[in-house]
Amino acid sequence: MNKLDLLKNGIIKENPVLVLLLGTCPTLAVTTTAINGLGMGVSTMAVLICSNIVISILKNIIPDKVRIPCYIVVIAGFVTLVSFLLQAYAPEVNESLGLFIPLIVVNCIILGRAEMFANKNKVIDAAFDGLGMGLGFTLALFIMGSVREILGSGAWMGIVLTANLIEPMSIFMLAPGAFFTFGCLVAFINYITKGRAIKKKEMGCEGCPTAAACAKIEEGGCE
Amino acid sequence: MEQYNQGNLVVSSSPHIFDNVDTSNIMRDVIIALIPAFIMSGVIFGMRAIALTIVCAAACVIFEALYNYILKKENTVSDLSAVVTGVLLAFNLPASLPFWMAIIGCFVAIVIVKQLFGGIGQNFVNPAITARIVLLISFATPMTTWPLPKKYLGMVDAVTGPTPLGVIAMGSDDLPSKMDMFLGFIGGSLGETSTIALLIGGIYLIVRKVIEPTIPVAFIATVFVFAIATGNDPIFHLCAGGVILGAFFMATDYTTSPLTTKGKIIFGIGCGLLTMIIRLYGSYPEGVSYAILLMNILTPHIDNLTRTNVYGGVKNE
Repeated sequence: MNKLDLLKNGIIKENPVLVLLLGTCPTLAVTTTAINGLGMGVSTMAVLICSNIVISILKNIIPDKVRIPCYIVVIAGFVTLVSFLLQAYAPEVNESLGLFIPLIVVNCIILGRAEMFANKNKVIDAAFDGLGMGLGFTLALFIMGSVREILGSGAWMGIVLTANLIEPMSIFMLAPGAFFTFGCLVAFINYITKGRAIKKKEMGCEGCPTAAACAKIEEGGCE
Repeated sequence: MEQYNQGNLVVSSSPHIFDNVDTSNIMRDVIIALIPAFIMSGVIFGMRAIALTIVCAAACVIFEALYNYILKKENTVSDLSAVVTGVLLAFNLPASLPFWMAIIGCFVAIVIVKQLFGGIGQNFVNPAITARIVLLISFATPMTTWPLPKKYLGMVDAVTGPTPLGVIAMGSDDLPSKMDMFLGFIGGSLGETSTIALLIGGIYLIVRKVIEPTIPVAFIATVFVFAIATGNDPIFHLCAGGVILGAFFMATDYTTSPLTTKGKIIFGIGCGLLTMIIRLYGSYPEGVSYAILLMNILTPHIDNLTRTNVYGGVKNE
């Protein structure tokens, strides 16, 4: 796989949020405005690229049995770094994202890419994978945030669009609106890829988060 | 059903009973049953209420036709179910609601709740109720601005006031008379206020065997008993708000209510309990729509728990 494919892979074909359905918790929780979505996406992307690189470098040193704790330590280190950077340079974004910044540690996209990709690929490839996946995540969150902000508060990036003449549908700022927007985006991605986006089967059991508890692992995977 | 005509003889597989009961006949009866309340809404709130009802019905029909056309499906407008949904939705809205908001409600009811889940008979919650709740959450102020009945205003219709339940929730006791509440000259959603008109419609549906009385009776009785048990006026709680409209026209929707009699009783009691709990202890003054929505979601479980054994079948272990 060349570098460009790695990059494109994360944006549409294996978009972590809209195709793999990972990281839905921050996706639903923080995307009340476009700027929040962007902030969350970029923060996660920074952590993802750095952790992918470090884990790829350390892949021969980390013992297999304790790899998950090791990944978490690496990821948590970068999350702390990002958190401090946000506090220093973007205090407003930090304020509105709140608890979800420290929670990037347990974001399953990052752990998933470490487990699925970084620990068996070259450093450069891992970095591009992190960039692609991060861009896909950022893009998805940005679109979600834009849709919800435009419909839910009649503004975009903080600029009022409707001149306050039309009352916005505040349900889009709440959880039901988040789920509705999310569902529509997933359906849209499915439509433009004509259902050819990655299937669970192609992902294989090693990429599956429930592999340890799955009964079908002996049958060679899911249907 | 397959039929073979052999001269005067008709050969067909069982069952052999033919009746003209189909969806459009049932829906026609529901529309007839809604006419008294429709007329009363015009008397109480004026032409605006009539116009809003017509806009909602038309918007629902158009959304249904458009959806079927775009997705190249069989056109189901002629079964009249979209008209019923539109009228019921309008009955749940304040008469002063802007038309465009009502049309968004129609979109939610027909496209999102009904058609995306597979069309008539496949929706898991009542479309009109869900649309009302979406509108209530989205546009809180216009959805809770209730115009007062014309009777008190002469011909001015710009004045608004709380519903009787709203009065209670605010801790006041400036309530309308029982007779006004029974006839419907109170603030509220445009179709829910006139108890007498809704009762006429409900009894018509029961006489025509479109609905069974089980759910309405269980629902209303629960509200009645709960009101007495908590020291409230039971007649007030039946006539104020949407209990009668909900019990006869919303909770009895075939798709979203249980099939068995036992299940229907559980469903009705659940609706009544939730309604009264929300009214008396919740932060909203009215809870009929939330009660019915929650019980709609529980319907498959109620059906599972009250499944009857097939005659001659073996009891499940």
